[in-house]
Amino acid sequence: MTEPIIELVDVVKDFGSQRILDHVNLEIYGGRTTVIAGGSGQGKSVTLKLILGLLKPDSGAILVKGRDVTAMGRGELNELRSVFGVLFQGAALLDSLNVFDNVALPLRERTKLRREEIRDRVINTLVQLGLVGHDEKFPAQLSGGMKKRVGLARALQLQPEIMLFDEPTTGLDPEKTLEIYQLFFETQRRFGYTSVIVSHDIPKVFNLADQVVVLNGGKLVAFDRPEEIQLCEIPEIQAFVKATMGHLYHSSDLE
Amino acid sequence: MIFKFIENLGAKALYYLSDLGRMGVFLFRVLAGVFKRPFRYRAVLGQLREIGANSLGVIFFTAAFTGMVLGLQGYYTLRKFGSEGLLGSAVSLSLLREMGPVLTALMVTGRAGSAMCAEIGIMRNSEQIDALECMAVDPFRYLITPKFVAILIAVPLLTMIFNVVGICGGYLAGVKMLGVNPGAFFSGMESSVVNRDISMGIIKALVFAVLIVWICTGRGYYVDKIDGAGYGAEGVSRVTTQAVVLSSISILVWDYILTAMLL
Repeated sequence: MTEPIIELVDVVKDFGSQRILDHVNLEIYGGRTTVIAGGSGQGKSVTLKLILGLLKPDSGAILVKGRDVTAMGRGELNELRSVFGVLFQGAALLDSLNVFDNVALPLRERTKLRREEIRDRVINTLVQLGLVGHDEKFPAQLSGGMKKRVGLARALQLQPEIMLFDEPTTGLDPEKTLEIYQLFFETQRRFGYTSVIVSHDIPKVFNLADQVVVLNGGKLVAFDRPEEIQLCEIPEIQAFVKATMGHLYHSSDLE
Repeated sequence: MIFKFIENLGAKALYYLSDLGRMGVFLFRVLAGVFKRPFRYRAVLGQLREIGANSLGVIFFTAAFTGMVLGLQGYYTLRKFGSEGLLGSAVSLSLLREMGPVLTALMVTGRAGSAMCAEIGIMRNSEQIDALECMAVDPFRYLITPKFVAILIAVPLLTMIFNVVGICGGYLAGVKMLGVNPGAFFSGMESSVVNRDISMGIIKALVFAVLIVWICTGRGYYVDKIDGAGYGAEGVSRVTTQAVVLSSISILVWDYILTAMLL
């Protein structure tokens, strides 16, 4: 197997007296989709923020393309972040900018493209993600699903190698959830990015997963195939599976 | 009991020390943003409209009534010594050296400083600042530096407008309402006001501008790190109040320090 594109090595993260990640090791490989699952407050979003260098671990190393994020200065970190695209839980659109300006933001700030080129690229993305006619709207005028689409459009502008999704379907109805997953599937096929999805939308999110990792009590358990999670004998994981999935899950269920 | 007290005292001291360090780094990064290219002219112009042009109304009314009160109070005080002719000097010197810069800064704190703090705080809470960092967009250069440059331009200009309108208010109360000789009013002002008085006012206005933008945006930026602020909307509301109070007190303290240094 090739080198992992993201690697967490013996990572510990505490908030005050509470240990969120307890000597966590994780390998994420290029071109695959890894789903990080677990209950609320288990450190799923913290893991994403550690990978992005927004938080520093108390000990351990976080390697992205072989380079340790924890040892990087601000300049190096900015350079590295150009390989990431991030879709935040609430989309994190800049609420004072309209849809067009939000999507154009990374191109205006990070590239030297001319105004016409930026306009063409943004309009092209808006067409691909079904956002035509909404470019003048502000985030407050958009539905939850629409905000996620705009967030995805913005994240894809710099053609990232790795896309990180933080609870991408929270607050969406089942129809919109399915729509968002289809969008992930299509954009991943089109852009070929490595995908890391933090979600508790079990088992629907397994449709996209090549690897599932479950965070539980600060520890991490990785499964190569989604259905393996059900065979795990760790009582806490069994409880999590029972609470989230209910019935037995098989790969043959997948489309 | 005593050990608990010492422990709490130490924890508080450490918190304030780290807060001070954080705010120091914040100011440094904002200043560094000023020299990074390309310069964000459009954002600065937008902030100039927000902080400067949109504050004109409140500055105009505050200045007019402050000048009128100075005219009234000055007239009745000076009349006791038979020196009503010095009213022009009293009104203009009070405004140029003290009232103009201090009241302008307090008004800008209340109007624009609170808005800046709340805006940045909400952006922090809704992960908009995290999103900028993830896109490798420097949030200091993108969000704070335009406000910093705009307030450095706006506050001295607003102070000058405050002074002019205040002097007109003093003229209205002293000359038009109480019958002070207009020639004496203006000649007294001309003979007593020197460039040093004007430059003192401008220096104060510049220092106050830095204090307002530093404290108000800094508190908003670190809304999630402020002890006891709470979370969400309540946290932003508490921190905004704290920023306005801290900024106002700092303006008054620095007014004394600058007056002592510049006299």
